[in-house]
Amino acid sequence: MTLAQLGEVSTTLVWGALASLTIALVAFAVDLARRTDVRAEHRSKAVSTAAQRELVGAVTAGASAATPTPSAVAEPVETTPRRRAAGIAMSTTTLGAFLLLVGIVTRGIAAGRTPWANMYEFTLVGSFVAVTVFLIVNRLRDVQFLGAFVTGLAAVFLTMGLNVFYIAAMGVQPALQSYWLVLHVGVAITAAGVFTVAFTASVLQLLRTARDAGSGWLGTWHWLDRVPAPANLEALSFRLNAVGFVLWTFTIIGGSIWAEHAWGRYWGWDPKEVWSFVIWVVYAGYLHARTTRGWSGTRAAWFVVVGFACVIWNFTGVNLVFNGKHSYSGLN
Amino acid sequence: MSGLTRKNTRYAPAGIDDAMTSDPGEAPEPQLPTLGARGWARWTWRQLTSMRVALLLLMLLAVAAVPGSVLPQRGQDPAKVLTYLGEHPTSGKWLDRLGLFGVYTSPWFSAIYLLLFVSLIGCILPRVAAHLRNLRGRPPRTPSRFARFPALASGTSTASPDDVADAVAAALRRRRLFRVDVGAEPAKDARPEIRTVAAERGYLRETGNLVFHIALVGLLISVASGQLLHYRGQALVTQGRGFANAVVDYDTFDKGAWFRPESLSPFSLTLDDFSSEFATDAVAFAQSRDFTASVTVTPAGGGTTSQHTIKVNHPLEIDGAKIYLQGNGFAPEVTVKDADGQVAFAGRVPFIPEDTMYTSRGVIKVPDVSAGLEQIGLTGYFLPTAQIDDDGSARSVFPQPTNPMLVLQVWTGDLGLDDGVPQNVYQLDTANMTAVTGDDGVRAQVIVKPGETVDLPDGLGTLTLGADVPRYVALDLRYDPSLAWVLTFALLALAGLGVSLFTPRRRVWLRTWALPDGGTHVELAGLARGDDTGLQGEVDRAFAAVPGLRPPPDDDADNYQEDPR
Ligand code: HEM
Repeated sequence: MTLAQLGEVSTTLVWGALASLTIALVAFAVDLARRTDVRAEHRSKAVSTAAQRELVGAVTAGASAATPTPSAVAEPVETTPRRRAAGIAMSTTTLGAFLLLVGIVTRGIAAGRTPWANMYEFTLVGSFVAVTVFLIVNRLRDVQFLGAFVTGLAAVFLTMGLNVFYIAAMGVQPALQSYWLVLHVGVAITAAGVFTVAFTASVLQLLRTARDAGSGWLGTWHWLDRVPAPANLEALSFRLNAVGFVLWTFTIIGGSIWAEHAWGRYWGWDPKEVWSFVIWVVYAGYLHARTTRGWSGTRAAWFVVVGFACVIWNFTGVNLVFNGKHSYSGLN
Repeated sequence: MSGLTRKNTRYAPAGIDDAMTSDPGEAPEPQLPTLGARGWARWTWRQLTSMRVALLLLMLLAVAAVPGSVLPQRGQDPAKVLTYLGEHPTSGKWLDRLGLFGVYTSPWFSAIYLLLFVSLIGCILPRVAAHLRNLRGRPPRTPSRFARFPALASGTSTASPDDVADAVAAALRRRRLFRVDVGAEPAKDARPEIRTVAAERGYLRETGNLVFHIALVGLLISVASGQLLHYRGQALVTQGRGFANAVVDYDTFDKGAWFRPESLSPFSLTLDDFSSEFATDAVAFAQSRDFTASVTVTPAGGGTTSQHTIKVNHPLEIDGAKIYLQGNGFAPEVTVKDADGQVAFAGRVPFIPEDTMYTSRGVIKVPDVSAGLEQIGLTGYFLPTAQIDDDGSARSVFPQPTNPMLVLQVWTGDLGLDDGVPQNVYQLDTANMTAVTGDDGVRAQVIVKPGETVDLPDGLGTLTLGADVPRYVALDLRYDPSLAWVLTFALLALAGLGVSLFTPRRRVWLRTWALPDGGTHVELAGLARGDDTGLQGEVDRAFAAVPGLRPPPDDDADNYQEDPR
C-alpha cells in the first residue's frame, strides 16, 4: 500500500468514526429522553436526594460510610431494559474513539510526521481527546448524561474537519519540524479536548440552574431533571477545567520556547498568541470567580462558556481570518 | 468583624469565598470608612487588593488584548498599519489616537496589567506572612458541632474513647500527610469527657498558590528587564561574504533603553554555503522542507575559527547571542557597462521572494555612469525556474534554480540618490525617470540568463549576469539576557499552579466520648478547600481506623448524633 492510499484509509476510518459517534449521539439522546419518561412514571415516588448526590460524587452530601451507600436504594430503574440505548451509546462511542485513534495513527504514517499539524488534524485529535476524556471520567463516576453533548460536539468537529478543513496528508515546512510540534500542539489540542467536556458540564449546569429557577423556555426539557444538581456539575466542570488550565499554561510556555527557537522571539502578540493569552486569562478569571464571593456558581459557569468560545475561535477563526505566523491550516 | 479590623493571623483577600478562611458571619465587604484621608487610603487599598477587583482586572485584561489581534499593530507589522491608515483616513486617525495600533504598549493596556500586578503584590504579601505563621502553627481546634461540615461519619465502638482517638490519630499520621493534634475537653455538668483529634493536610496547596502568584510577578519583571537590555540586529549575507557583530554592520538594529554598544561581542561570521530543499511530490509540490546555512565564525579578537550550521528551529548561539535563519533568496551577480563601455555597476543584488516559487523582486540602481550619461535603473524579477508563457509573461514554477532568468525593465533619468534622503534599496524612485520603450511603444524588457551578456535597449550599454547565482540569507541576531529568568519563572508558575490545583487541603476532626449505656460514640467531620470529591473518602478512611466498630443499627443515612449537651 502506498502512503497516499494509507492516507485514504485514514480518511475512511474518520468517516467511520463520525458515523459511529453519530449513532452514539442518537442513542444517548434516546437514553436521556427515556430517563425522563422513567422519571415521569416515578414522579410520585419522591426522588431521593441521595440519588442525585451519588451521581457526581458526594461533594456536598453528608453520606456516612457506616450506612449502605445510597445507590443501592436509589435507582432500580437504571438496570431495566430501557437502558439498552445507553449500552448502544457507550459501545458506539468506544468504537468511534477507536476508529478515530486508528485514523489518526494511519494519517501520521501517511504524512510521515506527527499527525497534528493542520486544522483537519486538529479536529481529529481534539474530538478523540474529548471522547476519550468522557470515557475515562465515566469509568470513575457515571457521567453518561454528558454523552449526547460530547459525542454531538465531536461529530460536529469531525464533520467540519472532513468537509471544510480537509487536506491530503503531507509533510510540513521547516518551522514545524521540531519535537515541539508533538509537545506544544499535542498538549494544546488535549487541553481543548478537556475543555470541551468541561464546557458541556457547565452548559448543563446553566440549563439546570435556569430550569430550577423556573425558566419558562426550559419548561419542556424534562430530561434536565435527570442530570445532577448544579453544584455537582460545577464540581465536575471545575476538575476538568483545572486540568485543562494546567495543560493550557504548558501550551503557552511550550509555544513560547518554540517561538524563541523558530522565530527568534518568545512572545510577539501574533494573533494566535493574543488569543491563547485571552483564553488563559479567561480561565484564570474563572478560577478566581469560583473563589470570589457572589461569583461562584452561575457566573463562574459563564466564564467557562466564554473561555470555550475563545478556544474554538482560536482553533478556527484565528487560523482562517487573521494572517499570522500561525497560519498553518494548509488551506488557502 | 469588618474587613478593616480583621485579625492578621488569618489574612485572606477581601471577598474570597472559602470555607477555610472566612467565617460565615463575617461582613462580606469592608464598610465605607468615616475615618478621613487615611481611612480612605486604607479602604481603597483594601478594594484594590480584593478578589473582586482582581477578577474585574482579569476580565478587562482579556477584553483589552483582543483589538490587537484584529487591527494591524506597529510592533508586528508597521507597513500594514500604514496601509490601513491610508485606506481608513478618518477612523484610522481616531483609532491611532486611542493607541489601537499599538495595543500592547498603550497606556490603557499597561494601566490594566500594572494595576493587576499592584493588586497581586498587595494580595500576596500579607498572604505570605499569614501562610508562614500557618506553616508553624497547629491544626485548628476541633469545633464543637459537626453538622455543618460537608463530610461526616459516625458510629459506635466497643473501644474506649482514648483508644479510638489514638487509633484515628495514628491512622492519620501514617501517611505523613496530616499534621495531627490529639486533645480532650474535660467533663462539664452532665457531659462526659470528650477526646478530640484535629488534623490538617495540604499546606502545600497554599504554598503552591503563592509560588504561582509570586512567579507571575517575577515573570513580569524578567520580561520588562529583557525589554530594556535586549538588542536585535538583522543582516542580509550572501554566499562567501559575512558580517561583524557591530551596530554599523546590521541593516536594521533595535535596542532596549539600557543597551550599551559595548555589550556587542565583536565576533564575525561568514556564510560558506546555503542549501534548501523543497517537496517535489504532487500533493505538497514546492513546499519548503529544509533550509540550512553553513557558516564560519571567527571569535572576538581573532583566534580559531569554527564551522556551524544554522537552520530554522536551530539558531546558532555565540557569546549569549542567538543567530536565527529568518529568510533566504537569490542575489544574482550583475555587471552593467554604460554606453561608453565603462563598468557603471558591478555587484550582487538581493531579490526578495514574493511567492512560494521564489518569484523574486529586485532593483538595480546604476548611478555611476560616465559623465554626460543619464543614470540607469532596472526593476524586475529573478525567476529561479523561469517559464515564459505564450503571451510573453514570465513566472517561476519551482523555487530551485533549475532554469534561472532575470527579467528587467529599464528606466533612465535621475535616481534621486544625491538629495541625501535615505532610500529604500528595494524600491526605485521613478519620479525623475522615464521608462525605456521599444520602437513599438511597448516597454522594453531585458531577459538574461546566467553567464550571458545582453545589450540594454536604446544603446544604454550592456548587462552581464554572473554564471553562478549566489544565494543570500537573512540573519537575525538577538541578545536577551532575561531569557533564563523568564523561563525559570514561567516553569515555577506552572509548578506552583499544578501543586495548588491538585493538592487537596483537608481538615479532619474527631470527637469521641463514652455513652452512658456503654459503648463509645465516634464522630468525624471533614472540611476541604474548594471542591474536593475525595473528602468523604478521607473521612471514611479515618473512620475505618476506629477499633471495635459496631455494625450500624439501621440504614438511616443520618444516624449522626448531636453532642450530648
Ligand atoms: C496577574 C494576575 C493574576 C492571575 C493571572 C491569577 C491567577 C490565578 C489562578 C490561575 C488561580 C488558581 C490556581 C491556584 O489556585 O493556584 C489563582 C488563585 C488565587 N488567586 Fe490569583 N491571579 C492573579 C491575581 C490575584 C490577585 C490580585 C489576588 C488577590 C486579590 C489573587 C488571589 C488569589 C487567591 C486567593 C487564589 C486562591 C483561590 C483558591 O483558594 O483556590 N490573585 N489566581
